Amino acid sequence: MSKITLIKPKKTFSFEDIKELWKYRELAYFFVWRDIKVKYKQTFVGISWAIFQPFVAMVVFSVFFGTLAKMPSDGIPYPIFVYSGLLFWQFFSSALSETSNSLVGNAGIITKVYFPRLILPISGVVTKFVDFGIASLILVGLMFYYNITPSPIILLILPLLLLITFIAAMGGGLFLASINVKYRDVRYVLPYFIQMLLFVTPVIYPASIAGKWSFLLALNPMTGVIKASRAALFGTEPINWELLGISLIAVLILLAIGIIFFKKTERYFADIV
Amino acid sequence: MTNSIEIKNIGKKYNITHQRGSYVSLRDVITNILKNPFKHAKHKAKQILGKIENEEFWALKDINLTIKKGEIIGIIGANGAGKSTLLKLLSRITPPTTGEIKLSGRVASLLEVGTGFHPELTGRENIFLNGAILGMTKKEIVERFDDIVEFSGVKQFLDTPVKRYSSGMYVRLAFAVAAHMEPDILIVDEVLAVGDAEFQKKSLGKLDEVSKSEGRTILFVSHNMAAIQKLCKKTILLEKGRIEMFGDTEKVVDHYVTKIGSRGTEMRWEKNETPGDDVAILHSARIINENRDKIPFATANQKIGVEFVYEVLKDGYIPIPNIHIFTPTGERAFMSHEEYDKKLGAVGKHRTTMWIPENLLNDGTYVAQIVVSTMKPLRIHLSQQEALVFSVVEDIMNSQKNDFNQKVPGVVRPRLKWETVQF
Ligand SMILES: Nc1ncnc2c1ncn2[C@@H]1O[C@H](COP(=O)(O)OP(=O)(O)O)[C@@H](O)[C@H]1O
Ligand SMILES: [Mg+2]
Repeated sequence: MSKITLIKPKKTFSFEDIKELWKYRELAYFFVWRDIKVKYKQTFVGISWAIFQPFVAMVVFSVFFGTLAKMPSDGIPYPIFVYSGLLFWQFFSSALSETSNSLVGNAGIITKVYFPRLILPISGVVTKFVDFGIASLILVGLMFYYNITPSPIILLILPLLLLITFIAAMGGGLFLASINVKYRDVRYVLPYFIQMLLFVTPVIYPASIAGKWSFLLALNPMTGVIKASRAALFGTEPINWELLGISLIAVLILLAIGIIFFKKTERYFADIV
Repeated sequence: MTNSIEIKNIGKKYNITHQRGSYVSLRDVITNILKNPFKHAKHKAKQILGKIENEEFWALKDINLTIKKGEIIGIIGANGAGKSTLLKLLSRITPPTTGEIKLSGRVASLLEVGTGFHPELTGRENIFLNGAILGMTKKEIVERFDDIVEFSGVKQFLDTPVKRYSSGMYVRLAFAVAAHMEPDILIVDEVLAVGDAEFQKKSLGKLDEVSKSEGRTILFVSHNMAAIQKLCKKTILLEKGRIEMFGDTEKVVDHYVTKIGSRGTEMRWEKNETPGDDVAILHSARIINENRDKIPFATANQKIGVEFVYEVLKDGYIPIPNIHIFTPTGERAFMSHEEYDKKLGAVGKHRTTMWIPENLLNDGTYVAQIVVSTMKPLRIHLSQQEALVFSVVEDIMNSQKNDFNQKVPGVVRPRLKWETVQF
């Protein structure tokens, strides 16, 4: 009556994997619980940090780009303009760096127990939702302060935007996680690399600034996400569904590539640490 | 009886270029490509065409085994025979290269003790986290929670972060969780010879207890033949990745002990085989007399030197040589180590000798394990079990036995100072 486990050489991907992930969902829940617990153990410090980081970034960017450089912001007050972008950006970049470290950072567990390794990056990204939720409170405050009423469509579109961001961070992160395993010096340059991505994403500037080159920006799936969130929040332009659709397809392809790399690395990872 | 484990044609290949500690750096790769793009392309092409032999190494090959439910199986074999690899395949930490294993029921290993403990979390929280990582459901953990706490004996510290625990408390809690897994198949890799004594005792105790309950299948790797003989009916002898013998423990252990006994009093490890990590490696070892000549055996009334040459490859550690002396059945006679000294950290070759005083060892065969480790934080750079095997024989001309005329019992037979007075 006890269940049978079959151990065979690992394939790159099989549908069994998805079933197995589902079977281990409780473990994913425990990892998320652990990370949140550890981070928000000292509730006040944890929450302050989740708010402080994007808030300070907003103030710095507002002073340098809004006030001094007079960066255009599609007619919206610059602080709230940049904050709306930062909100998604921080979610993306922190999830991306978390995922990139998911294999190397958990070597201690991976070499001792079996579970589907994909649980680690997934729960890592899910944890970042909490930070996102807390940081959104500031956005709500800013909306009141500047007396801006968002279009109700934001409630509809927010889950989609979060989903795209989630998949983008996972896909890119899984790929980087494998590179990180293969080349151990990658982890030192990753933070810089992720920071650089900020400049090819319309966070501190509007996508319209690129003019006829804006199609280049559209290659970046986060462009679609941030544009759509601003469109829904501030109603400056209609939501570009086509761009969002392209972003979604792009991140799904990225995810597929990420998973293939990750599964390939996962196979021998326990042998090389 | 049903089968608990079926292993068919299992093989595990390691890629030597994937060897631990030999990481590639992206910078080097890029520099190489930029410096010499043609050479790199040629190399890649050759690699793809299979012209360059990847250094491959089969740690296990053609393993076929069937283990029935409730059997307790010992696994023995020299260092590098593939024992740990076999257990890693069974616990799914690494996948096999060929073949197939069918397991019925849940597998747990006692090496997982404390895996995933988070120092910032409390004892209570860690029980749940660790339990989940070890494969228990939340429901199971809740059900066994009180037992776990009881067993661990850290009840009053349950809501203290484990970083404040003493190492003893930490181990007890970790062990309590592992001990309540109730797996169908339990696998136990030898508890590191240099590990925590309390932990070692607990594991063996637990093993003994589990082995008495019905229906548990156990695989037990050890160098301790006495423990193997006590716990296991059947034993597997691995040799260079293959099963050399599988059957009645008595016979297998006998075969193995005889074989070890035929090893010499001098060992040399070639360039690619030197045991060790990226900090210290072992070159050679031998048994010597007071004049530093190699001897084929020692007499009981003679000073015995166990000498080995190791090399420190890296700064920043203080690797301390130590030697563990065992009887052929795996009982430890004693261990001894060099005194801490900063000079031990110097990069280069070191020759060290442990002098065993005359009239300490009894006559019989002894096995020396050679270890080099840094103490704080503990890191074992190299550990060579059965590095040397030597016999101590009675010096007939000058024997202690004269008075007894039979073998003195005991592992050691020191000549101690006695005082007897009449009053
Ligand atoms: N991750 C690894 N990469 C390369 N070689 C390995 C790895 N793990 C073990 N080996 C090699 O495989 C062989 C079997 O190792 P192991 O199973 O640990 O032996 P045992 O436990 O019997 O001492 C050894 O020669 C060892 O050097
Ligand atoms: Mg081993």
